Amino acid sequence: MVEFRYRTDEVTEQPSVTLDAFLDQSNATAVRLEPDDDARALIPFLDRLTLIEVAFPKYRDGRGYSSARILREAGYTGELRAQGDVLVDQIAFMRRCGFDSFAPEASLNPEAVARALSTYDQFYQKVADAAVPVWKLRHG
Amino acid sequence: MYKYDHFDQSIVDARVAEFRDQVNRRIAGEITEDQFKPLRLMNGLYLQLHAYMLRVAIPYGTLDSRQMRMLAHIARKYDRDYGHFTTRQNIQYNWIKLEECADLLEELATVEMHAIQTSGNCIRNISSDQYAGAAADEVADPRPWAELLRQWSTFHPEFSYLPRKFKIAVIASPEDRAAMRLHDIGLELVRQNGELGARVFVGGGMGRTPMIAPEINPFVKADDLLSYIEACLRVYNRYGRRDNIYKARIKILVHEIGADEYRRQVAEEFAHVKTLGIDPPLAELERISAFFAPPAFDAADVEPDRSDPDFAVWLDQNVKPHKQAGYAIVNISLKPIGGIPGDASSAQIDVMADLAEQYGFDELRVTHAQNIVLPHVAKRDLHAVWQALREAQLADANLDLISDIIACPGLDYCSLANARSIPVAQKIATRFADMDRQRDLGELKLKISGCINACGHHHAGHIGILGVDRKGVENYQLTFGGSGAEDVSIGKIIGPGFDEDGVVDAVEKATEVYKTLREGDERFIDTYRRVGLEPFKEAIYG
Repeated sequence: MVEFRYRTDEVTEQPSVTLDAFLDQSNATAVRLEPDDDARALIPFLDRLTLIEVAFPKYRDGRGYSSARILREAGYTGELRAQGDVLVDQIAFMRRCGFDSFAPEASLNPEAVARALSTYDQFYQKVADAAVPVWKLRHG
Repeated sequence: MYKYDHFDQSIVDARVAEFRDQVNRRIAGEITEDQFKPLRLMNGLYLQLHAYMLRVAIPYGTLDSRQMRMLAHIARKYDRDYGHFTTRQNIQYNWIKLEECADLLEELATVEMHAIQTSGNCIRNISSDQYAGAAADEVADPRPWAELLRQWSTFHPEFSYLPRKFKIAVIASPEDRAAMRLHDIGLELVRQNGELGARVFVGGGMGRTPMIAPEINPFVKADDLLSYIEACLRVYNRYGRRDNIYKARIKILVHEIGADEYRRQVAEEFAHVKTLGIDPPLAELERISAFFAPPAFDAADVEPDRSDPDFAVWLDQNVKPHKQAGYAIVNISLKPIGGIPGDASSAQIDVMADLAEQYGFDELRVTHAQNIVLPHVAKRDLHAVWQALREAQLADANLDLISDIIACPGLDYCSLANARSIPVAQKIATRFADMDRQRDLGELKLKISGCINACGHHHAGHIGILGVDRKGVENYQLTFGGSGAEDVSIGKIIGPGFDEDGVVDAVEKATEVYKTLREGDERFIDTYRRVGLEPFKEAIYG
């Protein structure tokens, strides 16, 4: 279940299909990536996707962070959802990698999530979010 | 030395607040130890055999006297009056109370220090050459590059849940004092047509499968560095093995797909990443470099008076040439005979801070061999420095000799260890306590690990000792022929293991064989490489 969503558009009602199923057929507009799926396989189809769900079976498995950035780097603007073992202390990193909705398996405290997202206001890297990296602030 | 601006400071301060909140939630019982574990592990806090251990980062092993004094203060206030300098140029405190941890970090933050990413499957503290800025053979000071990497890797959102931990070393000399090719990524700064760039080695490491990193790129330009390293990490994050913790380091990936295929994948990823505009302008590297400008050297080139024989021995063994005439590099041994390698008391840490302030342009370094360096000491001050060190029991003249042992904390502290390391180190040092005997044996790097994880770098020891558990009894395997220097090599196990006293005897026999067979000024490892294992084996097992 989507607990946190940082978008204003309509929620996609269509259930997501696996990457294999999507590549085989389909006119689906929602797809689900497992950690070992290659996110780049979706690049030709980003225009017609409205939801990409990235599975985190275990929080320790960080492949989904790369998947998310790769999709945003390729210009994907639809909903990018982290689903599974998503904990409060990962959400800020996930937001920076381009995730904009979260469906954690175990419900999270909204206050704790808000606090986690506002802890840092300076960032060293340029990644998938709008944050301006410190080096750019230093040098313009 | 690098100084934080308000951006750097705000990030470290935010981390302290965040960690305080996490600890409070744990103490209040809002989160379980299982849920707390990944949080504390991102911040260098380990639950060891007897207590929490906190590892504090010393970026590229460089610190000033104010920071060094803070380390002493922390040892005094929060620990049992001592700290342990590690093979990754950090410091560990072994007796930390969870409820005091956030206060400790808050104090550290006041001197621009932290424990960020000193554990966890993320990019760890960047290590470097302890002689940076002082070595005659460096093409540039490697530390600005290390600082650039420190900032890039701090809270990198894509690379905080890698398959396994990730260690990067940066050097800038042909002589390798940082075991560069035994890191996940090793960078050697080189000049090509006058331009400074980095040779990139990927996939080295120790642990249970030691490997020497192959060269992946002969020259990456400064303004491509972060894109290139990001590409190296992304390929690893996506394709590194996650099915088996013992095969999860990048060395296994590079080994399994081959250096050529890894290089190809990185090149492809780099071509893409380079379009993202993630590299800071060269002005950022220049800004950082300005902090590492050479100090105002002005001492006359005078040779110290060698009439005190103890002082002369220390000069010959622990003092190294500086690139600036009139100056020298002072190595402070943390390996007193019978002591615990790498340990220093609060009082000793303060003495070293005072000496840095008074005689060393306020700079100190931690070495991967668990010693301390004063990189810029005027030759005219060497005698005064030595006298002060001697009063603090810090003047052991055993740098790179057999008693300058690297040892992990072992079963005395560590929850992963199979055997004790410290008592073995103490026994060997005591056996070879006679300085003339040690000096006669010359450079002999002896390294001890208390388990297969190899934190004591035994694979890279001219003589390595690995403690294992054999049916509930501590057993020690001997390896010969390793090196973490520019002649990098992995030691080989010589035969069946020994008990604690047996391994000390075996080491002694090996040194006897060396003395008999050495030619000219061969070191132990040179003789071993020339004659092979047989004569040693015969003497030890014969």
